[in-house]
Amino acid sequence: MVSLKKLSEKEELLAPGHRLCAGCGASIIVRQVLLAAETPVVIANATGCLEVATTIYPYTAWRVPWVHSAFENAAATIAGVETMYQLKKRKGEITRDIKFLAFGGDGGTYDIGIQALSGALERGHDILYICYNNGAYMNTGIQRSSATPKGASTTTSPAGRVIPGKKRFPKDLTAIVAAHNIPYCGQTSPSFYNDLTGKVQKALSTEGPTFLNIISPCPRGWRHETDESIAMAEEAVTSCFWPLYEVENGAWRLTGYSKQIAEGKKEKTSVIDWMKKQGRFRHLFTETRKSFLESIQEEVDREWENLKKRCGY
Amino acid sequence: MIHAFSGNAAVAYAMKQINPDVVAVYPITPQTVAMERFADFVADGDVDTELIMADSEHSAMSCCIGASLAGGRVMTSTASAGLALMWEVLFVAASNRCPIIMNVMNRALSAPINIHCDHSDAMGARDSSWIQIHAENVQEAYDNIIQAVRIAEHENVRLPVMTNMDGFTLSHATERMETLEDQQVQKFISEFKAIYPLLDVDNPVTYGPLDLYDYYFEHKRQQVEAMELAYDVIKKVGQEYGKMTGRSFDMLHPFEMEDAEVAVVVLGSTSGTARVAVRAMRQKGIKVGLVKLRVFRPFPKDELREMLKGMKAVAVMDRSDSFGAFGGPVFSEVRSALLGEDVEVVNYIYGLGGRDIRQDQIEQVITDMSTVAKTGKVKSFVTYLGVR
Amino acid sequence: MKEKGWKECLWGGLIVDAGNSVLYKTGDWRSQRPIRDEQKCTDCLQCWIMCPDAAIKVKDGKIVGIDYDYCKGCGICCKVCPFDAIEMKEEGEK
Repeated sequence: MVSLKKLSEKEELLAPGHRLCAGCGASIIVRQVLLAAETPVVIANATGCLEVATTIYPYTAWRVPWVHSAFENAAATIAGVETMYQLKKRKGEITRDIKFLAFGGDGGTYDIGIQALSGALERGHDILYICYNNGAYMNTGIQRSSATPKGASTTTSPAGRVIPGKKRFPKDLTAIVAAHNIPYCGQTSPSFYNDLTGKVQKALSTEGPTFLNIISPCPRGWRHETDESIAMAEEAVTSCFWPLYEVENGAWRLTGYSKQIAEGKKEKTSVIDWMKKQGRFRHLFTETRKSFLESIQEEVDREWENLKKRCGY
Repeated sequence: MIHAFSGNAAVAYAMKQINPDVVAVYPITPQTVAMERFADFVADGDVDTELIMADSEHSAMSCCIGASLAGGRVMTSTASAGLALMWEVLFVAASNRCPIIMNVMNRALSAPINIHCDHSDAMGARDSSWIQIHAENVQEAYDNIIQAVRIAEHENVRLPVMTNMDGFTLSHATERMETLEDQQVQKFISEFKAIYPLLDVDNPVTYGPLDLYDYYFEHKRQQVEAMELAYDVIKKVGQEYGKMTGRSFDMLHPFEMEDAEVAVVVLGSTSGTARVAVRAMRQKGIKVGLVKLRVFRPFPKDELREMLKGMKAVAVMDRSDSFGAFGGPVFSEVRSALLGEDVEVVNYIYGLGGRDIRQDQIEQVITDMSTVAKTGKVKSFVTYLGVR
Repeated sequence: MKEKGWKECLWGGLIVDAGNSVLYKTGDWRSQRPIRDEQKCTDCLQCWIMCPDAAIKVKDGKIVGIDYDYCKGCGICCKVCPFDAIEMKEEGEK
């Protein structure tokens, strides 16, 4: 358990004055991640909301070395930086410990950046890749990605008279990453800062490639009030749409609230209730789309049962 | 030292002597052998280099950018589709002023797929703000790579350099060549000087911000300046290297141009064949000269103009085409460099997809030029040489 | 900031003044203003860790104020406070 009092003594490494939207989940995540890091870090950022809104020239919000190269190559870029560090460490030109982070949205991670990510994980770079997952290409105006939930209406999977939003479930990227047999990966949520900061610290103290998939509410894209972001991130977890878990050296473990649900200590909430609070699912709440809506609850339940099994429940 | 090296072996050997900090690469024909050889050097501990075998050329160049900005000497190599896949990040490397050295074994672009030489890969990247040097033979390919380090890393330049050599024609041809001693190379290239490295965590910097209409134009203007300053640096580095080796290096290499009335402009390995053709046609009484274009970016427009003005006809040989344009890319540049001069400039597109170019074909080009010079009439400004 | 010419700025958009975004005040985006009740506040710091804009000012583990220069008025602090110690008021309202 981290002490917030202790964390609050640390320097804010993401300065205010950045231009992410009011209530943006990404900036909450980045703050929590950087507060959790106990060594200096260098960051590579994929093109996306976080990148554009934090570095509008001639301003930068970053108080750490930071590089943005392109949309699909944050993992490759940080791999290059880390490799140069390894060389300089081997030659004795650098002695201090530095950690290497990449941030990408779900578009830059699930879709266009998956090859570079997979390559970097397989090669074994000592990096932590963080996907801030808001479930669509929010930066360019809410286009669907392969992380967009089933039924969500986006500008490229619009809910119409015939089609009820995105037709398919998101792919399970965390499991895909885990299949690389890297030493540590997991899912977390900024609403559970203890879980998030704990996982970041674990990842950063692990040698080799690590990965965290972090759900990142987006008031604009999810269509909820700006003050609801943390509540939305929380209910994503309590409904088991976004379970908290980690995979450490091949061992799957539920953590925090999700572990408590699995152990019967907390109530699992309805995913439909969570969806009802977001405008992106509004069109599903009609009599004709009842079975479609129910199919989403069934899918979430099934995936949750599968995950529990993997985690030994 | 004297060696019998293929182009690939020469590249690997030059890289070994440079001993770069990081090499990130992805295999592609005809460059693969160079990387296999270099991987051997890494495996045997002959170099200090950290080698990244990337998941694609796009990732390879992205790794190079990250490593370069981290603060060290970075090299890579590619060809054809590999260079095409890098296209997006070539611009990123150049605008972030990464002095990356990349050897390109020039190869045709798909489709249809073809593994042999032409220059459509390099010409596709001509506007990416990379310096481009083209080699005539294996010796030059080696020499260019060593010089490229000094050019790229010069404080007035800080641009990436692409050293080109013709795929298969040079990459897989074994030639007698000389190499410098390892210490000579190290002394020539000297220590890498990092500027604003990412690894300086006490002085954090931001690379690659969102740059809108208020500053983007200024940052592009800076690249124009760097290219202009590179001109002088390339010449000086060439002179210094020339003094050390007894070989000469310039932007342009003229041959028999002193009293020439017609000229052929060419780059890459075809220069050798063209030289033989010029010699043969001189014996037949045609006052023909040859200009080998060693450096394509920055384009030596003033020097070229000086060299070619007063010619009665000039043939520009292009080993790639710019579909829908008026002639190939080298032709367009040469012709605009000669704007206002009373010189007929015509274009020959040749050798696409590795189609061989023979001495007699270049002799025919020279005969055509002689006719243009005599009659003042051009039958065709763009000719496809050797196509059925 | 005065706009510089190409000879005056660093190449490629490189920024060496880390964290200079503080010069850009996002506080004027706000339509609602968080007001903290010092009596109710227990300094649990939930609002601080959840603030997207690092706008909750903390000193020695205690909340010392809200940075209205940067607070965008999202209202997350108000929502996550377990003690109802933060209230959102329309800007301009007394």
